[in-house]
Amino acid sequence: MSALRVYIADDEAPARARLKELLADIGGDVATTVVGESASGLDVVERLPASAAQVLLLDIQMPGMGGIELARHLCGLESAPAIIFITAHDRHAVEAFELNALDYLMKPVRAERLVAALRKARAAPAVEAGRAARLERAASGAREFFSIVDRNRIVLVPVGEVLFLKAELKYVTLRTGAGEYLIEEPLVSIEREFADRFVRVHRNCLVARAAIRGFERIAGGGEEEPHWSVVLEGVDEHLPVSRRMWPAVKSVLPEGRE
Amino acid sequence: MPSIRQNPSPEALPDFRNLGVTARVLIAVNLLALVAALVVEPDWNAMLDTFVIRAARFEPPLVATLVLLYALAPWLRRFSYWIGCLLVIAVVLAFTAATHVLLGEFAPAGLPRTLVLAAACTAVVLAYLRLHIKAHSPALAEARLQALQARIRPHFLFNSLNAVLSLIRRDPQRAERTLEDLADLFRALMSDGRSLVRLADEISLIERYAAIEQLRLGDRLRMSWELDSAPVDAMLPALLLQPLLENAIYHGVEPGTGIGDVLVRIERRGDRVFVRIENPWHAPAAGTRPGNHMALDNIRERLMLFFDDEARLQTGVEGNRFRVDIDIPYRGRA
Repeated sequence: MSALRVYIADDEAPARARLKELLADIGGDVATTVVGESASGLDVVERLPASAAQVLLLDIQMPGMGGIELARHLCGLESAPAIIFITAHDRHAVEAFELNALDYLMKPVRAERLVAALRKARAAPAVEAGRAARLERAASGAREFFSIVDRNRIVLVPVGEVLFLKAELKYVTLRTGAGEYLIEEPLVSIEREFADRFVRVHRNCLVARAAIRGFERIAGGGEEEPHWSVVLEGVDEHLPVSRRMWPAVKSVLPEGRE
Repeated sequence: MPSIRQNPSPEALPDFRNLGVTARVLIAVNLLALVAALVVEPDWNAMLDTFVIRAARFEPPLVATLVLLYALAPWLRRFSYWIGCLLVIAVVLAFTAATHVLLGEFAPAGLPRTLVLAAACTAVVLAYLRLHIKAHSPALAEARLQALQARIRPHFLFNSLNAVLSLIRRDPQRAERTLEDLADLFRALMSDGRSLVRLADEISLIERYAAIEQLRLGDRLRMSWELDSAPVDAMLPALLLQPLLENAIYHGVEPGTGIGDVLVRIERRGDRVFVRIENPWHAPAAGTRPGNHMALDNIRERLMLFFDDEARLQTGVEGNRFRVDIDIPYRGRA
């Protein structure tokens, strides 16, 4: 069997060194090569796809982006690696892993456990059905980023930069101050995950609460009925507010900003 | 530092040889009589008269009871709380009955009525003393202190052990040093949280702690120490600073991707000791790293238990820095 390609992600250098030592020790049981290592989640997103890693040893507590969110973004990759989470002590995370059948190891990691986890990872298909959903359930909060997977590359868009999301046919268009992206998530689940950040103004549209500057009455004419539309910071487009949503949307804008 | 170790169980009778207890009993009984007079008399002057007349009747048995209880205190202590209470009531009833007989025709009411009233008053006073003991029990203060004593995060322990494991082969000497540091840290953590320690010892403890964190976090942690004018002989509660430094690193350095600067400054100004700990401020993201305020509230309460109103703990965010300021009285070694 060829050596298993392993990628290590941990923000603490001694922890990465320890894992490499262990991998070398257990070479007789499971042959591995370390194809990359990162000290932050963002670095993993950038460098892991090109490394063709088969297994990712992933510390769940990392600055910038936690391990579980990172795993969710990696799910979309064509050749997503199997992920073995590593945690020093996080009862909530461990409960979530157990509940959702995700593999994890506790720090300090024992050689035997690592061997077992690697064998399991080698046996299981990396991209198995339902993994994204299980990760979603294991997550403790909303993500910090949306991710767009472009073949074998992941583009991250910070949730805070998104002005509005509009559902069109199969995709959702995600609009930031800088540009537009297409993502393949249902609007409903986005609405549920980021309820405190986005408000639904129309059947097909979520708007960032913080970006709302005011409302305009559109006179209508011809086929079009008169209706309200929402004015967003830095957006020229008209985003109609449906009559059903209007009472809820109206209350988002605090007094004095109209 | 008043010792808080003598430890009467809250289930014990009050110490009748304690002046405070005697004073409380006298005040309580007289207050009850005053309230009773207030209830029956519509007029202020009449009320005072009534009170004085009644005082003349209940004061003798009251004082006699207190004197006898003073004498009997060691003997009473041999009984359980409830039997003790019954004995106290029996003493009261005996003196009340005796007074009633002595007063003869001046007695206010029938003997049974007077005895019931005396027993009820005694029960009320005993209940009050019991509550008082419970509320101010040294055992309770001690339990609170122990519960409040800083507890290191398991996260830190396991990550540190992991870091030591990584050192054993590459740098055995540093591994040894780190284990020694960990041992010192845990010795302090498991020690008596009710004692005062020298500032010099607390400083050396947090330096050891910082050395372990430095090993884990490497360049990401940049410590600056301003300790030149620290009064090393000042006494302060054990483990006051370590949890604050742990907080600073856990909330200020670990969540950041860049270099985190942490400042520790300790100085003496007149008869006060000022401690400042500063770290980078990260707005708490959703669902991450809660618990900051619990540690701070803990320390605030410990300061209160040790120094009462004389200590201050303030926190604030200025720019992108989070800051904790402590101001405690300077107390040299006793």
